[in-house]
Amino acid sequence: MTMWFTKDHEWVRVEDDNTATVGISHYAQEQLGDVVFVELPEVGRTLAKGEEAAVVESVKAASEVYSPIGGEVVAFNKALPDSPGTINLDPFGEGWFYRIKLDGEPDTEGLMDQAAYDDYVASL
Amino acid sequence: MTDTPTAGDALRTTPLDSLHRELGGKMVPFAGYSMPVQYPMGVLNEHLHTREHAGLFDVSHMGQCRLTGAPVAELAKALETLVPSNIQELKAGRQRYTLFTNDDGGILDDLMVSNAGDCLILVVNAACKDADFAHLKRHLEPRGITVDVLEDRALLALQGPGAAKVMEHLAPASAAMTFMSAGKLEVNGVPCLVTRSGYTGEDGFEISVPADQAEHLARHILEQPGVAPIGLGARDSLRLEAGLCLYGSDIDTTTTPVEGALVWAMQKRRREEGGFPGAAVIQRQLAEGTARLRVGIQPEGKAPARAHTEIQDDSGRRIGEITSGGFGPTVGGPIAMGYVETAFAEPGTAVTLLVRGKPQPARVVALPFVEQRYYRG
Repeated sequence: MTMWFTKDHEWVRVEDDNTATVGISHYAQEQLGDVVFVELPEVGRTLAKGEEAAVVESVKAASEVYSPIGGEVVAFNKALPDSPGTINLDPFGEGWFYRIKLDGEPDTEGLMDQAAYDDYVASL
Repeated sequence: MTDTPTAGDALRTTPLDSLHRELGGKMVPFAGYSMPVQYPMGVLNEHLHTREHAGLFDVSHMGQCRLTGAPVAELAKALETLVPSNIQELKAGRQRYTLFTNDDGGILDDLMVSNAGDCLILVVNAACKDADFAHLKRHLEPRGITVDVLEDRALLALQGPGAAKVMEHLAPASAAMTFMSAGKLEVNGVPCLVTRSGYTGEDGFEISVPADQAEHLARHILEQPGVAPIGLGARDSLRLEAGLCLYGSDIDTTTTPVEGALVWAMQKRRREEGGFPGAAVIQRQLAEGTARLRVGIQPEGKAPARAHTEIQDDSGRRIGEITSGGFGPTVGGPIAMGYVETAFAEPGTAVTLLVRGKPQPARVVALPFVEQRYYRG
């Protein structure tokens, strides 16, 4: 399962069942600090690539999460609004945000693979 | 993400700069200074640590100055021409919160004044300090008063329920101080000006220390049990829970002390006699009321409402704006303060907040959100 990243530190992982899971990276959660609130997209909403999909807030500030991939939302992480700190503890696992139904091959244009993203974060 | 300052706008540093970096502080520009917004503990836990134990804050960016050149009674009388509080009755060894007002009754800055026995010591906000010092000099020097800016002093704040025990160990005389006392004390052998006050709603102290001794003293305080370094992020969430104003957000030149719910800072004699900038405006507002008031706002959902969030009545009409808002770690949910039309200022009044375009229910509440735990003896 390949994981792709945006310059804004969202990640998207293409799953076996023709869906893609979206979250924010370890670097993003580190920059945000303790996440105290998250707002996730409803199931059934269709997101365009790059559209504002979610909001995460730390004690200090609010940040928008832009969808790294387009499609219809088929699930969101129901546990997250009650325990937003999971995003800090496990950003690539239990801290996932939502899942999108893929329509064919994912559009990875403008996204970075793990190696490119690691280089990008190292350059910041 | 990191702004690299160029030569033209180089950030100033405090005497604790290298200590902040050594402690892993995340340095950000604030009021022209490079300051730690948080340490590795993180804003949430730094906040909770301060409420449970003790936190050490570097507030050396704030402006400190001393008024001398006349007996304290004369200094107090002169300062009263610039502030609406009763300074003449501020006894030696006591501190008071006050405001610089302008001719329209707007607030130029909020500040603390201490009567150190032989002089008055003022602590003002970092972002306003150059203007404040110029204002003081312009008005007080013609009266023969000397305004000394204390550039060579750092300011440390030790806050939290554990602060008293730590201070008693370092400065036994501090045990006799009550909330809003001020005194010249030796702290770990260093002559300091200590006040029992702060910006967190907790018991605590502010320690004005010679800059060249500050790092050594800060390191020694951090070695005491229960003390952790705390950044500006938690300083802001602590003060918001305590219902305390942030100058530039909750009060400024467009708000008066009456609108800002700071009438308590203007003692009776001053309210009646006036004799400070904007007195006519403020006295009229005291008599007739104001169109808007600063209040506490508690969102009923989980979404924090940040500064500039619109406040509406139940018909969707704009009735005000949030001036400070975020997540209160001790409250465990979103908290805010802002201005509403006076008809909506009663605690319990239902209002609507427009958060990212979506209406969210909220209530006007009495401040503070977290009970203040000052030591009053």
